[in-house]
Amino acid sequence: MLLALIAALPFAGAMMPALLRGAGRSGMTLGCAAATGLAFVLLMTQAPAVLAGAVVEARWVWLPALGLEAHFRLDGLALLFAGLILGMGLLVLLYARFYLSERDNAASFLGYLMLFQGAMLGIVISGNILMMLVFWEMTSLASFLLIGFWHHKPEARRGAMISLALTGAGGLALIAGLLMLGQIAGSSDLSVILAQRDVVQDSPLYLPMLLLILLGAFTKSAQVPFQFWLPQAMAAPTPVSAYLHSATMVKAGIFLLARLWPVLSGTPEWVALVTGFGLATMLLGAWLALFKDDLKALLAYSTVSQLGLITLLLGLGTTAAAVAAVFHIVNHALFKAALFMTAGIVDHAAHDRSIAGLGGLARLMPISFGVATLAVLSMAGVPPLAGFLSKEMLVEEAARTTFAGSGWVLAALVTLAAALSVGYSLRFLVAVFLGPKLWAAPPRDPGAGLLLAPALLALAGLAIGVAPMLLAGDLVSVAASAVTGDPVQAKIALWHGPNTALWLSVAAIGGGFVWLGLEPRLQRLPAAPDAANGFARGLQFLTDIAGRVTSAQSDRLAPMLGLLVLAAAGLGLLAFLTGQHLPGSTALVLPELAPTVVWTGLIAAVIAVPFVLHNRVLSVALMGLAGLVVALGFAYMAAPDLALTQISVEVVTILLLLLALGILPTISVRDVARPRLPQLCLAIVAGLGMTALAYAMLARGAAFEPISAFHIAQSVPGAGGTNAVNTIIVDFRSYDTYGEIIVLGIAALVIAALSEGLPRAPGPRVAHPIIFTSVSQLLFPFVLLVAVHMFLRGHNLPGGGFVAGLVVAIALLMQVMASGQDWTARRMRLNTTMLISAGVLTATGMGLWPMLTGRPFLSSNHGYVTLPGLAPFELATAMVFDLGVMLCVTGAVLLALSSITRLRGEAH
Amino acid sequence: MEMLLASAIGVLTSVGVYLALMRTSFALILGLSLISYAVNLFLFAAGRLAPGFPPIIGGLTPMTDPLPQALVLTAIVISFGMTAVLVMLALGSYLLGGHDGVDEG
Repeated sequence: MLLALIAALPFAGAMMPALLRGAGRSGMTLGCAAATGLAFVLLMTQAPAVLAGAVVEARWVWLPALGLEAHFRLDGLALLFAGLILGMGLLVLLYARFYLSERDNAASFLGYLMLFQGAMLGIVISGNILMMLVFWEMTSLASFLLIGFWHHKPEARRGAMISLALTGAGGLALIAGLLMLGQIAGSSDLSVILAQRDVVQDSPLYLPMLLLILLGAFTKSAQVPFQFWLPQAMAAPTPVSAYLHSATMVKAGIFLLARLWPVLSGTPEWVALVTGFGLATMLLGAWLALFKDDLKALLAYSTVSQLGLITLLLGLGTTAAAVAAVFHIVNHALFKAALFMTAGIVDHAAHDRSIAGLGGLARLMPISFGVATLAVLSMAGVPPLAGFLSKEMLVEEAARTTFAGSGWVLAALVTLAAALSVGYSLRFLVAVFLGPKLWAAPPRDPGAGLLLAPALLALAGLAIGVAPMLLAGDLVSVAASAVTGDPVQAKIALWHGPNTALWLSVAAIGGGFVWLGLEPRLQRLPAAPDAANGFARGLQFLTDIAGRVTSAQSDRLAPMLGLLVLAAAGLGLLAFLTGQHLPGSTALVLPELAPTVVWTGLIAAVIAVPFVLHNRVLSVALMGLAGLVVALGFAYMAAPDLALTQISVEVVTILLLLLALGILPTISVRDVARPRLPQLCLAIVAGLGMTALAYAMLARGAAFEPISAFHIAQSVPGAGGTNAVNTIIVDFRSYDTYGEIIVLGIAALVIAALSEGLPRAPGPRVAHPIIFTSVSQLLFPFVLLVAVHMFLRGHNLPGGGFVAGLVVAIALLMQVMASGQDWTARRMRLNTTMLISAGVLTATGMGLWPMLTGRPFLSSNHGYVTLPGLAPFELATAMVFDLGVMLCVTGAVLLALSSITRLRGEAH
Repeated sequence: MEMLLASAIGVLTSVGVYLALMRTSFALILGLSLISYAVNLFLFAAGRLAPGFPPIIGGLTPMTDPLPQALVLTAIVISFGMTAVLVMLALGSYLLGGHDGVDEG
């Protein structure tokens, strides 16, 4: 329960800026910080249990058949990450409050930041891989919003797009990989999966699954060859970089590798891929960082390199390497966030963050210099800082590992990378703070608001370096235990004696000074091609192809419709010519005289429509005639419900078209008379095709046994009605009907919304003939009575909510036609929008009601009711649902027609 | 009887397609209405013909298939909704753009 609350708090915090809009930036930040802080405190209440080795869990089963459940799980690894996410979250909120300017939209920035925090927290405390995937995707979206926060800048838009495209694509691969993992392990429960190492590694699907999962992890954690999105993301505001690229976003991939370590690691494939890509990333990132002029770009590539380091450690697969990886995750978060924040401070104070433009700030900004020195030395791995400890553990592991058939290759490469990292670390420090640069307007240290967060982080790095076992020993131990799946007791010490690792560390630091000395010469090397440009070119190429394909289409409606008809006819013909079919065997119904005469009327009326288009009233009348004939046809062909519905709908459709006609311009006779041969041919082809298809279908029996036997058999016992059509609508398939009344309601609301703000058309003065007015008023109660009758009998005889709703609407529309909109509106205060809502809510209520007693949505009840003076009659709860249908239909029809009536600007 | 229904569906489709291919919104609306008649009849025809045997329990058997009827019933009401939205779009484009065509310009 508590875990769910912890997971929910950041999302609650995301709403704070909206709720506290009036409170200004400080108020909003406080609101967010309160949510994060509370989550952090609650997390800490769980920490003692987790540090003692327990796994805290909370779960709610939702769809057990699909393995979908809300399941939170807090073990050592999750505790470490959750602590980093929330703790760093607090510091970033503090920093952001003073970093953002007045012009920035602080409310949406804080909202996105909290959303991201919630998503990230969700990943690490998910106990179910499906739930983890949802949060994983959410981090991609939230980081897109954060990276593109300054969306007026083209590079921010580009960075956000690239990171979304890449992490989104990796997310897709991860979905496939994790689903395969769940399939192999037979569960989506993380605890179950983690215990199935042998089953998973023996599966033939192991390799493809591993590749997909690694694709997800490597894209997120910016491993080679996907490293380029991270520097592009530096277009984000600095608080975002400090948060996303130190403790959170890029660590999600690392977290995934660590989380799945017990089941995936240890195979030759794992060692080769994870160690190999980690090593390549570590070297490439460090090398590229040496050449960057922009401080944030330098830090970005150093992050890439450090992430490669952690990946490399996880790839080695030994317990000691896992301890080192976990420890370095913490240390990197501390010094990298401090450095990003310092870079932001320098940028703010000096209005420049390029290495070429900066220098000599040590005297001007002494506190920033101190903070930066501590953080930089930790990054460089200089004792006694925390970074030294984890880097030395790495070097020690590397010296012990046989890689590529040799005992010293890995140690040499890791030492090289370490030397490079000392080089770029010193370069940062020297270029910004030392040197002789003279400032015209000397930058100064900012206030405590900006400095507090990086100072705390840098001091934490120093404290952990001096007293590692006291401050981090237990946490690293339980986290490493969670990674390896076995209890681990980490032993971290500042001084190991003069062993190989120490000499290699000394060599690395010495090498770093050599790089620094060589730096002016290094800068003359040709710059490495930026992979992001290649990616952008590839994307542009695909966009161009897509553009060419779509430009082949016409932007005119008629040719596209024609193409559609032609394609449908062509495919039908192809299916007919290539498929197998038997001759029809159904005994045909002989045509009688009356239907034949009516059929002739229909054909004549329909064919006449295109010829009389210039006479709009006549063409609408012919349409109405055709609709009436269709209704008659339904009645003749044993579909009384359809006939009733068709007639009612026909009336309102004709009213609608007549109303619209008063506004639309006439079509000229010349336009109507002009023959259109291609269109005519296409129309004839479509008609012939439909005739052939309909005849072929009618001449044969059903290919499969119709399922309606069930509905007919169950209509009376199951739904309590004898009208099988109505019981299907309001009972068996009421969920369809529920969706359809909502669609109808939305259509009416769309019409009402569209009619708002349109100019009124000059309308003719509408006459209200006295006879029409009187007769329609006289008829009104009787029409309503018919509607009630239709509604009540609907469950057993033709009728029902749809028809009744239409009849009520017609009764009211008749008053509008006869006496005018205003006259009717004055006497009938009917809010049609409310009517639609009432209908949908009634139907929803009927759907939810049975759920209280544990039955499915929209279950119905029926029974016999006896009232004094009446014969016992059957009543079904489905009738209440039908009432909802009726209300919604009435409301929708009235709202649609009254919106159009309003446009006519009726004269008074 | 089957031929009468099939040919009615065909003629409704033909005229509907012809009207829909004209470039005025009024013709398009009429055309789509005719096509929706045709489609509704076609769906109904999927239940095959049994004149005189309505799907009311307790009447004559074997009764006609109620399922296509239930589907068509809601389709008829929905097609009203579609027509109404189209009419509104046509009115909007005429009142704002000043012409009755379905394409720009």
